[in-house]
Amino acid sequence: MSLRKNIAVSDSGFVFDPSSGESYSLNPIGTEIVKLLQQGRSNEDIIRDLTGKYDVDDATLERYYYDFIGMLKQFNLLENGE
Amino acid sequence: MEKIAFERPFIKKLSAGMPSKFGMKTEIKPVTHIDDVAVEELIQKYGSPLFVISEKTMRETYQEAYRAFSTRYPKVQFAWSYKTNYLDAVCRVFHQEGSWAEVVSGFEFDKALANGIPGNKILFNGPDKPEEYLKKAIEQKAYIHIDHFDELYTLKQLAATLKTRPRVAIRVNMDVGIYPKWDRFGFNYENGEAWDALNRIMISESFELEGLHAHIGTYMMTTEAYGIAAAKLADLATGLERKYGHVIKYIDMGGGFASKNTLKGAYLPGTDTAPSFDEYAEAITSALINSGIKPENLPMLILETGRALIDDAGYLLGTVIANKRLSSGYRSTIVDVGVNLLFTSFWYEHQISPARPTTQHTEETAVFGPLCMNIDVIRESMVFPLLKTGDRFVISRIGAYNMTQWMQFITLRPNVVMIDPESKVHLIREKESLETIRQQERIPGHLQAKKQ
Repeated sequence: MSLRKNIAVSDSGFVFDPSSGESYSLNPIGTEIVKLLQQGRSNEDIIRDLTGKYDVDDATLERYYYDFIGMLKQFNLLENGE
Repeated sequence: MEKIAFERPFIKKLSAGMPSKFGMKTEIKPVTHIDDVAVEELIQKYGSPLFVISEKTMRETYQEAYRAFSTRYPKVQFAWSYKTNYLDAVCRVFHQEGSWAEVVSGFEFDKALANGIPGNKILFNGPDKPEEYLKKAIEQKAYIHIDHFDELYTLKQLAATLKTRPRVAIRVNMDVGIYPKWDRFGFNYENGEAWDALNRIMISESFELEGLHAHIGTYMMTTEAYGIAAAKLADLATGLERKYGHVIKYIDMGGGFASKNTLKGAYLPGTDTAPSFDEYAEAITSALINSGIKPENLPMLILETGRALIDDAGYLLGTVIANKRLSSGYRSTIVDVGVNLLFTSFWYEHQISPARPTTQHTEETAVFGPLCMNIDVIRESMVFPLLKTGDRFVISRIGAYNMTQWMQFITLRPNVVMIDPESKVHLIREKESLETIRQQERIPGHLQAKKQ
């Protein structure tokens, strides 16, 4: 799972997709996830990291994590075929 | 190491669309308490969903409306529109404030009597008044507002049989420059039908003609229409005075005042566009005072406003069942309040607020009810905080029509509570049970299980 190569992400959570010209904003945890995806980290890996860091149970985090990934897919920000 | 508070990850597309020139805020304020009672506490005790009525708001709204009219006109009388909300406790609050009863069926007529309202303070409206109830209304000296000629002749016969003169008014429909024009109730003004009906009533000598009634529409956003209607009724009253020397006792302007809810498709919120009681009062009372009616004969002004008096006092509390993405990626929130309880969601963009403070992050979402029916949509689209399963919310301004037009459909109707001015909570309608529904049903013998 990784972010499309040409997507630009700023530290403040601003996302720009040069192929569509669309821009997006992320909340802090969203920014964190997107940055990890840029590094090519796997979903399981990211979830494990976040569970240790945030005050949340595994099930809730997993649920919202995949909802978020669904939105990234919806906005066509992930590499195809993943 | 201490863990960081979790907020769900969130991405939002930025769109440089047309900015609102009115600069409306999308900030969402939580409703944590109603009249100092915590929403969570109410749901814990009475269940979810739950209807809540604020007695304080009811009384304040009534007093504001009464003041708007009574400071401009010498004789003002409100009559509570039963169909808007006929829970007995609600009716009794308005009756205590001084309202008469305005009813549109035999059932409502009996309900008003049971609430201790004498017949001579009941206005009996509507196209369907069964003969048995017309008889009852005559005996109880209620004011019967005649809707059509067939009713007029039925009443005439009853009057002869009972050897008494029924107290009547006629309902008049008219063109007041608004769309849609309501012409299905009562007698038309412009084509002379109303004047014809009045003549037949006066000449027959079977009736006591007490008043004139109009109800020009519902959710009227313009006050001028009321001015026109009042002027036209006053014109009929002066005609009666001139031709028969007959002075009517009252002019009933009906209801139809808008509440502060936002209608679907409206650009601005209802809180900004709904006229105030003062504006309605100004239009109506000016038209009457400036009419040809002699000052000493100015009739009592009756108002049957329902929606504008009770809408703000009603709340519907509920719980989030689930969040779900639609195939388009659009978020949807499923809640335990459906259109079976919130009938007005068919025409209002209801305001839904979280019951506890949330972060500033919001997302466009559809709000669906719990019914397994595609039509069960509370809001097609609204900007809403990120609520999760089990979170509570409050829908405001739902006091009018929902507690009468609700349906026992798929689920049962929930508890209704009233919070009194001392913030004490009273159960005023108990939630339905399977037994409530089954006790009305009968099972034919051949379908009953055979005893072993």
